[in-house]
Amino acid sequence: MTSEDKVIEIRDLYKYYGERRALGALSFTIESGQIIGLLGLNGAGKTTTLRILACDLLPTSGTVRVGGVDVVADPDAVRAKIGYLPDSPPLYPEMTVREYLRFAGKIRGLKRAQLTPRVDEVIQLTELGAVRDDRIATLSHGFRQRVGIAQAIVHKPQLVVLDEPISGLDPVQIVEMRELVRSLGGEHTVILSSHILSEISETCDRILVMGEGTIIADGSEAELGARWLSGMRVEIVARRAAGTDLAQFWESVRQLQGVLEVTPREPREQGLDLLTFEVQMDRDVRESVVAFLVERGLGVLQLSRSHRDLENVFLQLSGSVAAAAASNVNQGNGQGEVTP
Amino acid sequence: MNQALILARRELGAFMRSPLGAAMVAAVLLIDGILFYWQALAEKLLSAEVLEQFFYNASGTTMIAGIVLSMRLLAEERQMGTFTLLNTSPLGDREIVLGKYIAAVVMLGIMTLLTAYMPLLIFVNGKVSIGHILVGYTGLLLLGSATLAIGLFASSLTASTVVAGIIAAAITGALILTWALARAVDAPLNAILAGMALHHQNFKPFMSGTLDLGCVTYYLMITLFFLVAATKMVEARRWR
Repeated sequence: MTSEDKVIEIRDLYKYYGERRALGALSFTIESGQIIGLLGLNGAGKTTTLRILACDLLPTSGTVRVGGVDVVADPDAVRAKIGYLPDSPPLYPEMTVREYLRFAGKIRGLKRAQLTPRVDEVIQLTELGAVRDDRIATLSHGFRQRVGIAQAIVHKPQLVVLDEPISGLDPVQIVEMRELVRSLGGEHTVILSSHILSEISETCDRILVMGEGTIIADGSEAELGARWLSGMRVEIVARRAAGTDLAQFWESVRQLQGVLEVTPREPREQGLDLLTFEVQMDRDVRESVVAFLVERGLGVLQLSRSHRDLENVFLQLSGSVAAAAASNVNQGNGQGEVTP
Repeated sequence: MNQALILARRELGAFMRSPLGAAMVAAVLLIDGILFYWQALAEKLLSAEVLEQFFYNASGTTMIAGIVLSMRLLAEERQMGTFTLLNTSPLGDREIVLGKYIAAVVMLGIMTLLTAYMPLLIFVNGKVSIGHILVGYTGLLLLGSATLAIGLFASSLTASTVVAGIIAAAITGALILTWALARAVDAPLNAILAGMALHHQNFKPFMSGTLDLGCVTYYLMITLFFLVAATKMVEARRWR
């Protein structure tokens, strides 16, 4: 990988607030066109990392480059390459959506001839057409969040930095925002933070799990699961056969080779005599489980990897970091390392 | 400079739309009007004295309006979180401060010039020179400009508009009171303190229609000093 391919290059980054270490030692690189998720509990260092990338905060030490440009040596050049949405969108309530986006475009150097077509394009992309001439003060939280993203991409930045973009959105808005963020991939490199696990796994190509100001795991959901979880979990939806004795059925599934645990779940569809359950396996024995169900006369309607996979990775990692931190405090050591 | 003008235009738009803008213009015109009627027109004064009295009264409202206008310029951006937008855009610190200052000067300028009907009323029953009026207004604008720079500096120190207003009022008050302090000390300190006075020694020539270049330079230096200080504060806070 050449340095031109690296949109973000962070090496041995530290940030201290007074005596408290918020980040460090933090090192990672991100390639062009990826959608990266920063996952971590509150206080893990996600926002600090994003603020340093956006040139809103000075690092204490270390190297941070965006598109090959150092954030400390030439912050204005970096600012021209990034679009940033902080956790609370920086909006002027008295302006209309279109006025605000024109202003955001102008201060980021868009020429007069580019401004109108680009603002119209961004309004269309973020589906703000219906409220383009409305005052920002009158918009719902979901629309404000969209305006926040629109201002971050109006100047076609190389890197889009989004801090908790789905925070406070309702379920419908979350789905819409997820689609919007995914649509940004390719043209832009996107880095977003969240503590909502499912959101990161649904939206991002790669996940960086943060804890205690450093990266404690790095990879796709599948890679993290394979590395950190023994075996796998699947969720199965099946139509139950007439006269099935459920207690006996759960027990016989548990007896299958490779099955560790079977957990019945609430069916998502009512009145269809459906069974929904989660099977935890110590290895991939999906085929034999399905064969067993079919043999018992159950119609298998759906089998999918459980979303709890990532949650388990996250909880396991967070638990390890917390334990390591506590142990280090006891031993007077400032650093910790998490291993599977 | 172009970026500063973009910022100034947004600021002016916000001021024109806010109830604060209309309320401030109305308050300045009302107070100046009342003072003009009671102090200037009600007493038996020469036309030039009426004009002098008008500029004296207007200097007070100009300083107060300057503080009220400028105390929110940067503090409010921090309070609302919109400073992040400026901070993470390729705007320089100098352009941010300059843009805000230009907007505030235009607002104060419009406000001050709307009082022009009062000196013009003197022509109904008296006679004053146009030069006296122009010099007086030059003084008001220079005094206002210096107060705005002080307010902008105070606004760069905090995220609270109220605290910024208090700091601006304290600095303005201290600079006005150097004149009183000058009377209590011996030479050569008294001359230095009197020369530093924001109002008395440096504004009086404008009131009487004398364009004193030393006083013009004083107000420009005060403005420049506080604008540079505000820029340095924005720079320091940007990386904090």
